[in-house]
Amino acid sequence: MSVLTVAFWVLAVWGIASALMVVHTKDIFRAALFLVSTFIAVAGFFVILGAEFLAVVQVLVYAGGISVLIIFAVMFTREVAQGNQPNRYYGIGLLLGAALFLVLAFTVVSTNWFPEFHNTEEADAIARGAFSDSSGGLGALLREKFILPFELTAILLLAVLVGAVALVKER
Amino acid sequence: MPPLEHFLLVAAAIFSIGLYGALSRKNIITVFMSVELMFNAVNLTAIAFAKFLVPVWSNRFLFGPELSESVRAAGDIALSGQVLAIFIIAVAAAEIALGLAIVIAIYRNRETIDITDVALMKK
Repeated sequence: MSVLTVAFWVLAVWGIASALMVVHTKDIFRAALFLVSTFIAVAGFFVILGAEFLAVVQVLVYAGGISVLIIFAVMFTREVAQGNQPNRYYGIGLLLGAALFLVLAFTVVSTNWFPEFHNTEEADAIARGAFSDSSGGLGALLREKFILPFELTAILLLAVLVGAVALVKER
Repeated sequence: MPPLEHFLLVAAAIFSIGLYGALSRKNIITVFMSVELMFNAVNLTAIAFAKFLVPVWSNRFLFGPELSESVRAAGDIALSGQVLAIFIIAVAAAEIALGLAIVIAIYRNRETIDITDVALMKK
């Protein structure tokens, strides 16, 4: 077993276990901390998949920013004392989640993903061309081919900033 | 290197756990956390596809059977999965910021964040 395989299984168990804990922990604050743990596990997957820049972004934006927002929201609302209770559609939710996983797993297992194309010399050559400087390549790609979505994202973030301030402003 | 299927199965598991949490909990903050889990699973899937499927496919179908000299162009396409993930992260950050602002506004007006109690539009 290679190092990558061992790392994959450690991250898989870690990520799925902490995702389950997010849903099942009674204390919402602890659930938020388990959410951070899941984010970091997913960042580990990104490193395995050769997306180092995205791993850093994941840790900065998700584990840093979004989790702080969630923890602030947890602390602003008093209902946290009641814990993480299920609603009356608990059974349906569990059933739908399990059914979705079974369908997805069946699809993944039964589809031919052309394994002969994976990790070949051709793929390695392209990956070396693209991933030797993954962050620089991403920057050039965002600037050259994805400039319109990039600018639209900037406008979206500005609108969200204004909207969030307007929503929580004291009247 | 683990095969593509393993990454997809882990992402499917995290997505299903997120769906289960979003459907079955009373507290709106837990619902938001479950939605974030689903976003993460989608990102993982996009990057796994970008790593395993896109490079060779883009090279074969755009530039012919042999490895073309324009490896740079094929590499650009190979990176587009990561660009998709970047935009998903940006939109997810926007969504969570606005969503939590709405949560605070609801809590200020109604003193509750129980989604079964917030049913104004039901009547």
